[in-house]
Amino acid sequence: MIDYHFDWSVIARNAGKLTDALLLGLGLAVVSLLIGSVIGLLAAYARVSGKAWLSAPVWAYVEFIRCTPLLLLIFFLYFGLPEFDVTFLDKTQSFVLSLSLYAGAYMCEVFRAGLASIPKQYVEAAKAIGLRPWQRQAYVILPVMFRITLPSIGNNLISLFKDTSLAAAIAVPELTFTARQINANTFRVMEVWLTVSALYLASAYLIAMMLRLLERRYASIR
Amino acid sequence: MDFSMAPGTFLFEAWQARASLLSGLGVTMLSSALSIVIATVCGLAMGVALAYGWWWLRLLARLYVDLMRGIPLLVLILFTYYGLALFGINVPAFWAGVIALGAFATAHVAENFRGAVQSVPAGQMEAAKAIGLTFGKRLSYVILPQAVRRMLPPWVNTALEIVKGTTLLSIIGVVELLLSAQQAMARNYMIIDFYLLTAALYVAINFTLAQLGASLERRFSYLRY
Repeated sequence: MIDYHFDWSVIARNAGKLTDALLLGLGLAVVSLLIGSVIGLLAAYARVSGKAWLSAPVWAYVEFIRCTPLLLLIFFLYFGLPEFDVTFLDKTQSFVLSLSLYAGAYMCEVFRAGLASIPKQYVEAAKAIGLRPWQRQAYVILPVMFRITLPSIGNNLISLFKDTSLAAAIAVPELTFTARQINANTFRVMEVWLTVSALYLASAYLIAMMLRLLERRYASIR
Repeated sequence: MDFSMAPGTFLFEAWQARASLLSGLGVTMLSSALSIVIATVCGLAMGVALAYGWWWLRLLARLYVDLMRGIPLLVLILFTYYGLALFGINVPAFWAGVIALGAFATAHVAENFRGAVQSVPAGQMEAAKAIGLTFGKRLSYVILPQAVRRMLPPWVNTALEIVKGTTLLSIIGVVELLLSAQQAMARNYMIIDFYLLTAALYVAINFTLAQLGASLERRFSYLRY
C-alpha cells in the first residue's frame, strides 16, 4: 500500500461500461432462474411421481449437478457442445444454458420440498369442492407451493447472480470480466475491485430487500 | 468412446497425462482440505463471537459475514490475488486462493454455527449457568453436543461448495484438476472425454464427502429436540 495512490477517475470514465455489465449479470441471473424454475418444476413433479423410471434419472441429474463444479459445466457446454455439432449457441446463450441446468437441479430440490410441505387438507378440500386434477394443481397446489418456497427461490436468485461472475471465464462481458478488462487497460486494481465488490454487494442487498417486500406481500400461508 | 489402449485413444491419452492429472487432483484435494480446516477453525471462533460476543464484536462479525456472503467467490479470489500484491505481500496463487476460499467459507460456517447454537433451547444455557459452569464448560459440555447435529448438514454443504470452489483457482493459474485436464485437452483435443473424466472425479470426491457427512449425521442422531 506504501506507493499506491487511489485514482477514482478510472471508475467515472468506465461508469457506463460497468453499469451495462452489472445489468447484463442481473439479466443472466433472472433468465437462468426462470428457465431453471421450469426445469426444476418438471423435475420436482417427476421426482414425486412415484414412478422409478421418472424419478431415477431426475435423482441422477440433481446429484450430478450438485457434485460438479459450475465452472466445469460452463466449460463443458461451451467447448464440448460444438463437438456434437451444436454450434448455434454463442457464449452468452451457452452460459445461460449452463446456469439454467445448474439452477434447475437446485430448484428441483426447492420445489420438491415445497410440494412435500403442502398440507394434505388443502388437497382434500380441493377434491371435496370438486376441482379437476389440473384445477387442483393450478389453483391450489402451485400457488401455495410458490408462497412456501418464495424465500428459497429468492436465495437462489442471489446465488445465481453471484454465479454470473463465472461467465467471465468464457469472456461474457459481465461485471467480473469488465473489471479484469479495465484492470488490464489501466492497472487501477484496487479501485476497480473495490467498486465491483461494492456493486455486487449492493445488488445482492437490493434483491434481498425487494424479496423481503415480496414475501411480506405474499405472506406464506400455513 | 474407444476403450483400447492404442495411441490416439482416450485411455492412452489419459494414461499419458496421468502424472499431471494426479498432481492436479492432489492440488484440488490439498487446497480444499486447507480451506475447510481454516474455515472450520475461524468459522467456529467467529460463530461464538456472533452468538455470544459483546455488541461491537457481534456487529463486526455480522459485517464480515454479510460482506463475504454478498460478494462472488471469484471476485474474492481475484481481489485477494491482485490486491495482496499491492500491499507488498507476494503470495503464490495457490495461497491467495486458499486464503480467499477459507475467508469465504468462514462466513458460512460462522452463520451456520450461530443458527445451530441459537436453536438449542434457552433453558439449557440457563440450567448450565444455574449449576455454576464457566462459559467454556457451558459451551463444550452443554451447548455444542446439542448444536452439532444441526451444524453438520450445512457444514458438509460448505465443504462441498469449497471443493467445487477450488475450480476457480484455475482462473488465477493454479494447476488444479480442472486446469490440468484442460492442459491435457490442449494437447489432444479430446474435450468431451477429458471433461467427463474430470466431472467423474469431482462427483467421486463430493459424493464420498456427502456420504461421510450422512454417516456422521447418523452418528450424532441421538439428539432429538
